[in-house]
Amino acid sequence: MGKRILIVGGGLAGTIVANGLCRQLGEELRTGSVGITMLGTSDKHMYQPGLLYLPFGRFRESELFRDQRKVLDRRVPYFIDPAANIDVEKKEVTTDSGKTHSYDYLVIATGSQIKPQNVPGLAEGAHWFYDLEGARRMREGLEAFEGGKIVINVNAPHKCPVAPLEITFMLYDYLNSKGLMDKTEIMYTYPIGRLHALEPVAEWAKTEMDKYGFKYETFFNTKEVDPEKKTISSEEGVTLDYDFLVTIPPHSGADVITNSDLGAGGWVPTDRNKLLREGSTDVFVVGDTTNIPISKAGSTAHFEADTVVDNLSSLLTEGRWARNYDGKVFCFVETGMDTGTYVWFNYTTPPNPGPPSQMIHWFKLVYNRLYWLSARGLL
Amino acid sequence: MTQRTKIDARGAFCPGPLMELIAALKLIEIGDEVEVWSSDKGSANEIPEWVAKVGHEMGGTEECDGYWSLVVKKAK
Repeated sequence: MGKRILIVGGGLAGTIVANGLCRQLGEELRTGSVGITMLGTSDKHMYQPGLLYLPFGRFRESELFRDQRKVLDRRVPYFIDPAANIDVEKKEVTTDSGKTHSYDYLVIATGSQIKPQNVPGLAEGAHWFYDLEGARRMREGLEAFEGGKIVINVNAPHKCPVAPLEITFMLYDYLNSKGLMDKTEIMYTYPIGRLHALEPVAEWAKTEMDKYGFKYETFFNTKEVDPEKKTISSEEGVTLDYDFLVTIPPHSGADVITNSDLGAGGWVPTDRNKLLREGSTDVFVVGDTTNIPISKAGSTAHFEADTVVDNLSSLLTEGRWARNYDGKVFCFVETGMDTGTYVWFNYTTPPNPGPPSQMIHWFKLVYNRLYWLSARGLL
Repeated sequence: MTQRTKIDARGAFCPGPLMELIAALKLIEIGDEVEVWSSDKGSANEIPEWVAKVGHEMGGTEECDGYWSLVVKKAK
């Protein structure tokens, strides 16, 4: 029997691994010495960064999605049958429908999910753009907004570290264009003692926020929201009023990870260089679901997936390890409706973002379309 | 018996040691601890500052070879 690779998760990381393996293991797939199977939760593949634009009407909903079976190499059987239990001792995964898939190599790519319900009152009182339904509601809320206090509230942990700043500056441009900024106050809250995890980005953000007259409250970890009184309070003892609350909710990993006892909070303990599950030699972990102290970002998922593709292919064809993951992350930062910058770093190179420009914003807009080439393992 | 979660955040730029600590504290019980390793000198000040502000307890700060080890006990 050939070697069986099972990929759990049809998001960006899982899809790049599947497509990349197909490109490197064509002969092995043809002869049957290797087989790849994917389990997922949806027939659609969503471009998640596009959700940032939805509240402002800048993306059509249809542009966010493609059929997963068209993004995925046709040599990969894809089952819309989510994993219910992952047993790394027996080397098998049981699905919601009751089927059992055995594997020789497992790739866990189950991603992360928002958990606004983890903070009392947050789900009832806040808007968010981190899923389709939330982005739609926020779009409706913004269309009806006629001025007042906006609080943008950030909770740890969350995916896409730059999105909170992006939504803030895009909100400013959007409201300015509607003539509402003279009737609006923007307040930004962040969990640590500066405006962003990355110091250079935090310094840039402070300069911009001071320029526009935004208010901010750092060391703010949300304790509860009172949707009736429209207040949000922190563990640190601060309470803020709001007329319109936008939250970046706290996240967790997928339920199957906690249900399978693979990691507290849904985060799988993972070797930061090898991307192997700690204690395993046949279980790779990629994307948001690792517990690696690194950005939960699309680019992280992409570079991790590329590494896993190289290593799995090398192990199967040459019996050797190819290379370690160097911690690379590359993120565009929309600094308004028509400017942008980017930041990149790895485990040994600190970030050093450049000044925002229209050209980088345009390149981000181009990447919004080129993403599908990345998902197909071509870019 | 006190459980201790360990986070090796050396060379972690984003989201960084304090954000990792905040996330980890949400997953443990009151009385349990998180031990964070950070190569960022700022963490050695920022973490105790936040712990005091929010009401948890510092279990100790140790300067090691090229990094700092900080232990935080969840108090609420």
